[in-house]
Amino acid sequence: MEFILEGLVKACQLLVQGDRETYSAIFATVKVSSISMTVSLLLGIPLGYLLGYLSFPGKKGVRTVVDTMLALPTVFIGLVVYAFISSRGPLGEAGLLFTLTGIAIGQCILALPIVIALTATSVESLDRVLRLTLKSLGASPLQIFMTSIWEARMGLLIAATTATGRVLTEVGISMMVGGNIKWHTRTITTAIAMETSKGQFATGIALGLVLLIMAFTINLALSTLRRRV
Amino acid sequence: MLKLLFAKQCKILLPTLIFSIITILPIKVEGKQLLLATTTSTDNTGLLDYLAPMFTKVAGIELKWVATGTGKALKLGENCDCDVLMVHAPSSEKNYLEAGFGVNRRHVMFNDFVIIGPDSDPAGISKQGLCSALKKIAGEKYIFASRGDNSGTNKKEISLWQQCTDQTPELQQWYLQTGQGMLATINLAVERKGYTLTDRGTLIKFAANSKGSVPLKIMVEGDQSLLNQYSVIEVNKARCPKVKNDLARQFGDWLVSMEGQKAIGDFRLLDKQLFIPNASAE
Repeated sequence: MEFILEGLVKACQLLVQGDRETYSAIFATVKVSSISMTVSLLLGIPLGYLLGYLSFPGKKGVRTVVDTMLALPTVFIGLVVYAFISSRGPLGEAGLLFTLTGIAIGQCILALPIVIALTATSVESLDRVLRLTLKSLGASPLQIFMTSIWEARMGLLIAATTATGRVLTEVGISMMVGGNIKWHTRTITTAIAMETSKGQFATGIALGLVLLIMAFTINLALSTLRRRV
Repeated sequence: MLKLLFAKQCKILLPTLIFSIITILPIKVEGKQLLLATTTSTDNTGLLDYLAPMFTKVAGIELKWVATGTGKALKLGENCDCDVLMVHAPSSEKNYLEAGFGVNRRHVMFNDFVIIGPDSDPAGISKQGLCSALKKIAGEKYIFASRGDNSGTNKKEISLWQQCTDQTPELQQWYLQTGQGMLATINLAVERKGYTLTDRGTLIKFAANSKGSVPLKIMVEGDQSLLNQYSVIEVNKARCPKVKNDLARQFGDWLVSMEGQKAIGDFRLLDKQLFIPNASAE
């Protein structure tokens, strides 16, 4: 029990004293989740928009597939990505295994369904009159897209926050694809898993708190953004 | 009206885009790197943290390692996903070399396995022979924590059960397979007041973690079949053209050199030596 308090003290120590290992893990986490979130937002928002805006045969089926992908276990994603980027896998030539880029690929698979599903939902719940008004004003499809996305911005912010939360906290993909290599692919979550398995519970708690502080900072930035727009 | 909206969107989109580009862009030019797949014990005890900088200083090669069970480490080598292996499951290693997955296996060091259990020793196995101790645990159905993860320690433990009782206690109520690392498994044995098999190095590390007061005591030690041999194996370049065999060879050479062997022998925790170098003893 006392290791929780010990962890709290240690978290402050690690952050204030600028512990190199901790900051290396923080940097790896920030970098890999920035890449995966950028890619999944750039791909996911247009796809989610199409899914919410258009009506086409089989739309319900696509929706069900996307919703099912929300339940993908991270260890499973990690294993599948490993199979593809392993030296003997189809993408082995690229040398992506045990790199942050490799982890980012897995995290995109994790985040994309979340972004698509939540974007589609918020685009669907827009006022139908908006579309008609825009069309009657002579807006091009791109202008309709931009305006709809703008009107759905609160929903998109929630999509981004939710996906970021999952990406920041996943451990299965980072462990399997990244390999928890010190100074390179050790993220905060794999470091927590490792410290816990080493019996260093206080350090594990400390790193968990560091991750929470990061999530808090990101959400603070997002809520400031929300107020400004 | 629409133009106005775009202006506002750009105000948010632009900084986001710039931020993304900044985070994605920096691709470092890296020096010589060697990837080692190894067992949890060499990492958990801190041995690799201690050896890696020495090796880098001598050879100018950065050592990166993935610490996992011996089973997965061997698999990574088989899939050509690492350059060199440091593992401890001699019988699997032999098959591995025969299958052509690895080459140039060399002994590096050893320590030994011990059976540990609660101070009260409910099964009464203290100071007993190895086989009679295991038979007693199985006969009286005392809790036994097993790694259950196909690691070197797990393979050793299974071979001991087979050697002593002709079967593995699979599916038994008292046989708990954690599927986790050695320290986590010792921790489970402590919590459940059971017995377990561990390498001595990790036990010393566990003692160091719990500030010297370990609730589990060594019950059985010193048997010939409890020897724990660590070896270095290079991944076969003939099968895996992309592996850095020259760097792997340098690492192996350094480990078995006078200097590497002395470094291993000097590694201590709680003033105890964890691994005994034995490269020359082949």
